[in-house]
Amino acid sequence: MSEILTNSGLFFALLGAACATFLAGTGSAIGVGKAGVAAAGVLSEEPSLFGKVLIFQLLPATQGIYGLLVAFLILTNTGIIGTPQDISLQQGLLYFAASLPIAIAGLFSGIHQGNCAVAGIGTVAKRPDQMGKAIILPAMVETYAILALLISILAVFGIANVNI
Amino acid sequence: MSMLKMQKISICALKKHRKDILETLQRKGVVEITDLELQDSVFFKEETSASQASFLKSSQTAKQAAEILCEYNDFKKSMFATFEGREPISKENYYIYVNDAAEIMRVAYEIIGFKKNINEANADIIKYEFQIESLIPWKSFELSLRFKGTEKTQAFVGTFPNLISEGEILSEIAQINPELDGIDVNVISSDKNQTCVFLICKKEKSDKLFEAIRQMGFSSPAVDSKQPPAERIKILNERIENLKNSVKENINNIKSHKGMLHAFNFIEDYYVMRAEKYEQIESLSNTRHVFLLSGYITEKNAPELQALLISKYGAEVEMEDDFSDDAPVVLHNNPIARPVEGVLQTYSLPKRREIDPTSIMAIFYYVFFGMMFSDAGYGIVMSLACGFALHHFKNMEEGLKKSVKMFFYCGLSTTFWGLMFGSFFGDAVSVISTTFLGIAPEQVPQIPGLVIPIWFNPINDPMRLLMICFLFGIIHLFTGLAIQGYMHIKNKNPMFVIYDVVSWYLLIGGAILALLSLDMMKDLAGFVLPPVFLTIGGITALIGAVIIVFFSGRESKNPVKRLLKGIYGLYGATGYLSDILSYSRLLALGLATGVIAQVFNQIGSMFGSSIFAIIIFAVVFIIGHVLNIGINALGAYVHTNRLQFVEFFGKFYEGGGKAFKPFKINSKHYKVKEDI
Repeated sequence: MSEILTNSGLFFALLGAACATFLAGTGSAIGVGKAGVAAAGVLSEEPSLFGKVLIFQLLPATQGIYGLLVAFLILTNTGIIGTPQDISLQQGLLYFAASLPIAIAGLFSGIHQGNCAVAGIGTVAKRPDQMGKAIILPAMVETYAILALLISILAVFGIANVNI
Repeated sequence: MSMLKMQKISICALKKHRKDILETLQRKGVVEITDLELQDSVFFKEETSASQASFLKSSQTAKQAAEILCEYNDFKKSMFATFEGREPISKENYYIYVNDAAEIMRVAYEIIGFKKNINEANADIIKYEFQIESLIPWKSFELSLRFKGTEKTQAFVGTFPNLISEGEILSEIAQINPELDGIDVNVISSDKNQTCVFLICKKEKSDKLFEAIRQMGFSSPAVDSKQPPAERIKILNERIENLKNSVKENINNIKSHKGMLHAFNFIEDYYVMRAEKYEQIESLSNTRHVFLLSGYITEKNAPELQALLISKYGAEVEMEDDFSDDAPVVLHNNPIARPVEGVLQTYSLPKRREIDPTSIMAIFYYVFFGMMFSDAGYGIVMSLACGFALHHFKNMEEGLKKSVKMFFYCGLSTTFWGLMFGSFFGDAVSVISTTFLGIAPEQVPQIPGLVIPIWFNPINDPMRLLMICFLFGIIHLFTGLAIQGYMHIKNKNPMFVIYDVVSWYLLIGGAILALLSLDMMKDLAGFVLPPVFLTIGGITALIGAVIIVFFSGRESKNPVKRLLKGIYGLYGATGYLSDILSYSRLLALGLATGVIAQVFNQIGSMFGSSIFAIIIFAVVFIIGHVLNIGINALGAYVHTNRLQFVEFFGKFYEGGGKAFKPFKINSKHYKVKEDI
């Protein structure tokens, strides 16, 4: 049993990469989905707004990409991509922990940024000239995904230098 | 870094020149006409809403005709139509169209008529097709559906709402009324929803039979036909054929006017132009022989217009400087900063007593955008695309041109930062040379900027870049504070500079000094200041804090309230902390661009080095990097705006100025030049 545990460092690292991708990705998918539904509704009345509402739909898409980014960093750092490396249990758990900020903040900020983007699409449908203001509001939500991404990236970079 | 000086202009001229003067003003587009609200025994207003409405109706008609033309003709619309802008119209064409306006309108009504014919015909076709469908069950019936019988017999033509056979009908009738006999039942057709029947009985029994079959659910046919159904179907089919021909003919008629599209577009513009001119007449004050016009004009354009109006129309023109808050705002900046004016406008225009922050903002704007996007390849692609658009589409609308120019400069900045951080389509140069050119990773040519960073690689040393981001953030915030100080001086409140600006400089600056001399920060910042700075910083911060506590609540007379407000003001320090931390997005988005670019390069290079692999690599490379450019350029744009709007403007900017809306030609399709 203990042998299994000591050898499962890589598993936890991979679990971290998976969480970062699928949780943040789920958040983005929900957000982009909601915004897409609203955008399609607007297009049925005002096809000329396509370019504008598309931008709103894309705003919540970033969380999924941030998740992918952290996952990829974990995969390369642990040698799942590239040259294989020995990953101790502690290191694996550390990678897992490092993935959590972007995984969870990405999930929720993606959903709520989606809600905000839906509202922004409503604004643009009525007043296309107010695009500049409407686009800033969903971006406020994204701040927290960016902060989470930063901590996740710094943590993943840092783990290699931690002596365990 | 400024706003143009506004002047109030008053024009007084003879009424016979009114039309010409208004036209001149509209062509020039330099005066915003304001309503004098002057109405007394001498001055009166003119009501023009009826003419406006009729012009707008003509414009709508032309628009409708143009839309119909577009519906039936295949006009090519280029992919870059948004960039093309309005085409300038030549003087000859302008007058050709204007003189032909009546004829063009006639054709417009004709086309709308054709369209109406088509719609009506299509509606009839649907109606007839429905009738045919209802007649099909009766097709084998050889009499008219209106057939009522002969002299001695009564006939019933109709349907039962179920599937029923002749025998069943007879037995059901017998059940209901046993006296009924001598009835002839013919089932014409039947399906599970209805049975079409033809019943005959003697005249005297007809009432009873009708009563019986009514109980069984008998009803008259859904369609009417004087002729036998088969014949009727044929007639209807002929009618449909005719209608279809008529639709075709009408479509051809519309298509034959294909060349009129430009004329319709022009007429649409032309009538809107006239309607707007009439709209302005309502703002004028008139007497029997003269009219009075007042408005705003920029100082720059004033002398020329004055000279023109005086020499050409003998008008009386007066100018007067206007510094009030009511005067509209026109921004004026150097060519590098001008493109960013649009960003300021999306937030809010400055009030007249504020300063225009565009030129200062522009520097930070380009730097921050570049840091977030930070890839030389992407920057070059962006600048080239924008440069091409600027060069190729000469008629591009002013607002769009500004944005494109802004992204051109942002692209240059992106290229600069990309070279600094050694990112060129991520790590494309090393990946291509190791994978496809067979060069060992150590032997990849160390081209500065493309392979190795000119400054340093943020992926290897993110903490260093984080510190630099915070430094930029502090500079940005302090610049904002400095502008606030400048405005205090301008408003003749020099002491406020110490209370509101210097105090924060001392507090934040001191706190940073103290923080940097702590051992804890050594690992983060990579250096540590001598301990003496802890004392210096602490004292400085304390002085700042004391000033804030005592003076930030200075509006309150009550000393207790004032002190409490001051303590609350000190709480604003947390705002500064979050503001500074907010600049970490420069690092995060920069890393995101670079790492995602590397991810795509790596995915592309996973398939070896065969010809096939090279093709896959090319496809992955193009799709991946286009995607990355799209999503990260959007992110960089949005978050650069945020840093300006929230962090920077929060320190000094109020906004709320009124935009200058000169009376001009608001055309949709053609640019009408001044000299026409």
